[in-house]
Amino acid sequence: MFKRIIILSISLIILGGISLFIGVSDITPLDIFQADSDKLHIFFISRVPRLMAILCTGMGLSIAGVIMQSIMSNNFVSPSTASTMDWAKFGVLIAILFFPGATLKTKMIISTLFAFFGSMLFVQLLSLIKLKDPIFTPLIGIMLGNVVSSVTTYIAYKYDLIQNISSWLQGNFAMVLQGRYELLYIGVLMLIIVVLFATKFTIVSIGEDFSKNLGVNYKLTVTIGIIIASIITSVVVVTIGSIPFIGMIVPNIIRIIRGDNLKNNIWEIALVGGLFVLVCDIFSRIIIYPFEIPISVTAGIIGSIIFLYILLRGNKHVKKTA
Amino acid sequence: MIELLNINKKYDDKDVLKNINLSLPKGKIISLIGANGAGKSTLLSIISRLTTSEGEIIIDDKNIDNYHITELSKKISILRQSNYLNIKLTVRELISFGRYPHSKSRLNEKDNKIIDESISYMNLDYLKNKYIDELSGGEKQRALIAMILAQDSDYIFLDEPLNNLDMKHSVSIMKLLRKIVKEKSKTVILVVHDINFASCYSDYIVALKNTGVLYAGDAEKIITKEKLKNIFDMDFEIEDIDGNKICIYYT
Repeated sequence: MFKRIIILSISLIILGGISLFIGVSDITPLDIFQADSDKLHIFFISRVPRLMAILCTGMGLSIAGVIMQSIMSNNFVSPSTASTMDWAKFGVLIAILFFPGATLKTKMIISTLFAFFGSMLFVQLLSLIKLKDPIFTPLIGIMLGNVVSSVTTYIAYKYDLIQNISSWLQGNFAMVLQGRYELLYIGVLMLIIVVLFATKFTIVSIGEDFSKNLGVNYKLTVTIGIIIASIITSVVVVTIGSIPFIGMIVPNIIRIIRGDNLKNNIWEIALVGGLFVLVCDIFSRIIIYPFEIPISVTAGIIGSIIFLYILLRGNKHVKKTA
Repeated sequence: MIELLNINKKYDDKDVLKNINLSLPKGKIISLIGANGAGKSTLLSIISRLTTSEGEIIIDDKNIDNYHITELSKKISILRQSNYLNIKLTVRELISFGRYPHSKSRLNEKDNKIIDESISYMNLDYLKNKYIDELSGGEKQRALIAMILAQDSDYIFLDEPLNNLDMKHSVSIMKLLRKIVKEKSKTVILVVHDINFASCYSDYIVALKNTGVLYAGDAEKIITKEKLKNIFDMDFEIEDIDGNKICIYYT
């Protein structure tokens, strides 16, 4: 376990280093060494924040994904396949609409409330419909998400806010600057909470009766899980924008290799999450250099290929919905 | 001792259990028997707080509602019939969850000792590092029983624990249950379908019929031709073999 974590950390450092020196303005490690003040300025105002934002986003969304998968006992749910992300976006729109000039923090709080409400609604919906095939759960999530998303777009058109919201409809790291991304560190806090309660979440993922037998408060744990996932999702949506698939793909890859015990795999999920977004972002930046493709597009393409692979691999590791 | 006072349970408008008053003695193997749909499993999940109902449940002189959730899970444990386990955990990891009520996720030496003991009790040593999604139904069942043993509660509820098990494992599990009842003064309450397991291994039998308790008493008093006929509406022959009452009902 530690060996793998060390390998992952080293690759993260190397790729992170590469990421710091890719960009329109040419900065080399030598410039930093020579303390060229203009270049240092760019380096610390834009490059470092961007790298930190990438790592926090990847890690955060992967953690949000694995938590949602645990509490819903379904390997295919994630912020983007259980409508959480769409609710978070809707929340941002409401914040812009009713609190013009709202700070990032206000937007985040309102967005979290909406994400939480929407995800709870989704969980209630699931317990009402009792699906036989686990694959229907994310389908319903995506449907619900699309409905919410359409409402968001409609309202945005109506109030002439479409320009304003397009920035967080598609995730993009190009806008990350010092002072505009720090909220993402909340993701690290969430990671710590998840690590502390890892066993609880694994027990909950086995089922309600199973949890009750072991003295785990099922409903409370589910609610806490949804709160954690909602906070992470909203923070990412507010600062970066929506990025699909990460929350679903990363935990599933790790699961295939390491099993479902969160206590064992949570660090790897976090690290691989950061690594995945980092790789996607490097692609985004070099493919049509000096221009950039939004990260949501790259992540969407790479993500859907991996998603297809996981699906075609068979339903062997898909949990049945309770 | 567990006491049930005026337990009523309805699903939609249909009575499943009606006016159950029962006391279950401590330190015994207690079998719940009865025809399909008599309410055995429902009763078991009510006593073990998985299902809510009207009425009161008193465990060792304390109402079940007054127990803290962690305290209660050291007092009672339950294994239900439908424990699908499509999760990728090793057998040992699953069994170690049994220690959760005692030590949360920080397992100490004592926990590990109990876990290893439960593993060898269930003959799972050769499987302990395998993932449970690779096991057969019977092996999964044994792993789950081992987890319940590791939980080390005073009362152990088992809903048809012999499901999926071959004869050899069924007998060895019943023997093991008898052993832990005797040596560790546990109380085991189980639903069994094979009347002969109930007859040979239990000290006390509760027979349910038509949403109520028909008989409750020491095993030898319940396993009689007349009573079994009343419980199951069919004829039985009862033979005494080496002091065990064997019920014959195939023809």
